Amino acid sequence: MKISFHLNAKEVSVDVAADRKLVRVLREDLALTGTKEGCGAGECGACTILVDGDPRLSCLMTVAQIQDRHVTTIEGLAANGEAHPVQEAFIEKGAIQCGFCTPAMVLASVALLDKNPDPTRGEIREGLSGNLCRCGGYVKIVDAVEAAAIAIRRGNPK
Amino acid sequence: MRDVFLPRSLEKLWTYLDESPGALVFAGGTDLLVKTFNGFPEGEALVCLDRIDELKEICQQGESIWIGACATHSGMVASRLVRNTLPALWKAVGEIGSPPVRNMGTIGGNICTASPAGDTLPPLYAMKAEVEILCREGARRLPIAQFIHGPGATGLQKAEIVSAVRIPKPQGLNLQHFEKVGLRSALACSVASLAALARLSPDRVVEEVSLAWGSVAPTVFTCPQAEETLVGRPLCAASLREAAEIVRHRVRPISDVRADAEYRRTVAGNLLLRLGTLS
Ligand SMILES: Cc1cc2nc3c(=O)[nH]c(=O)nc-3n(C[C@H](O)[C@H](O)[C@H](O)COP(=O)(O)OP(=O)(O)OC[C@H]3O[C@@H](n4cnc5c(N)ncnc54)[C@H](O)[C@@H]3O)c2cc1C
Ligand code: FES
Ligand code: FES
Repeated sequence: MKISFHLNAKEVSVDVAADRKLVRVLREDLALTGTKEGCGAGECGACTILVDGDPRLSCLMTVAQIQDRHVTTIEGLAANGEAHPVQEAFIEKGAIQCGFCTPAMVLASVALLDKNPDPTRGEIREGLSGNLCRCGGYVKIVDAVEAAAIAIRRGNPK
Repeated sequence: MRDVFLPRSLEKLWTYLDESPGALVFAGGTDLLVKTFNGFPEGEALVCLDRIDELKEICQQGESIWIGACATHSGMVASRLVRNTLPALWKAVGEIGSPPVRNMGTIGGNICTASPAGDTLPPLYAMKAEVEILCREGARRLPIAQFIHGPGATGLQKAEIVSAVRIPKPQGLNLQHFEKVGLRSALACSVASLAALARLSPDRVVEEVSLAWGSVAPTVFTCPQAEETLVGRPLCAASLREAAEIVRHRVRPISDVRADAEYRRTVAGNLLLRLGTLS
């Protein structure tokens, strides 16, 4: 089945079995391996992508459901070659260990800051509560989101 | 391989269902796709309801609140109507899963999954909600307690969908409460939960009360005997202890990976005791 959608601000079409999981099509057919399949069951959040700006789990979607939607994966965040303030802050604060959870953590953080530009640490933890970091680096992740919030509010991407 | 249809109107939906009568209807997929880790077994088409806008509405209709089956948990959390008029449901949906699960999962999916741990169900039972069922030929309505037959079993027939849930607007209730006990605060199925609605007089005498527990029986557990024990008396430790004892005797919990039956029995009663600590 032919499925057309907006992927990282480009229009794309894929011709694949309609009932395949979106995460596998992103990784295997579109070579966008930033999106991870951890548990495949909604529990870990590693497959988080933004669909029309909201975090969704690409392991719990058939590819057909993405028809006409706007999808952002981690590869689309720095599309112009410049890291997003959230990415900068993750690097700056050392909020990355093995990196497996990072693409999804970053996307969930971007969506959180979009809705709530000045979150408390509690609100950040709640906003990221669907994303597990098996390295356990949560404190630095929350630090990074706090720092990114300040940077974005100052209108200073660095 | 299965086809996946995305009808954008009910008319289109009926056409797809006429063409593939065995098709499986779904909404957010957060229950359905968990069961199909490596793809779907061969079978008839899947039909996703999430593009049908009229199934997503949340509105007041006379003395009822009408919530479309495809309203997501996030949509309900963001709804001022749900927050102001149905605070017990609002609290319950705000604690489901995690933010992405709430962005995808729907109230219709939660009802049709008919899990004993479905978090919308205790508030819906306590508020005596009705499930609206639609097929090409017309609509019918069932009280939620009649719609749900057992774990995973409902009264839905072939070619029917759940279109909405209709909730009588709670009138004059000054206690509308939901509490869920899980093993952690996010991404945790309930070990036991309680929805409680009551009308209390100025001196806290219980004039009317409706209670419903999740995860302590094959379906949501209600207990008229405990309600009768509370009515006509002040909501205090003594009356709540008496009612909690009745509840602990009557629940039919199971042991599973999350908790054993005895723990669930204890918590079911304790959730009731905590009503005495609410202001
Ligand atoms: C990680 C994770 C955490 C979760 N945590 C919780 C939790 O804390 N509390 C909780 O209650 N649930 C939880 N769930 C379960 C699930 O998210 C909810 O039950 C959700 O409301 C299901 O809605 P859905 O639209 O995604 O259902 P779907 O998966 O789309 O559908 C579920 C079932 O209902 C049927 N169906 C759906 N909509 C309709 C309709 N309108 N008419 C007819 N049939 C229909 C489908 O055929 C399917 O059998 C969790 C799930 C995951 C993956
Ligand atoms: S892979 Fe999707 S939530 Fe774990
Ligand atoms: S950095 Fe290793 S899983 Fe989070």
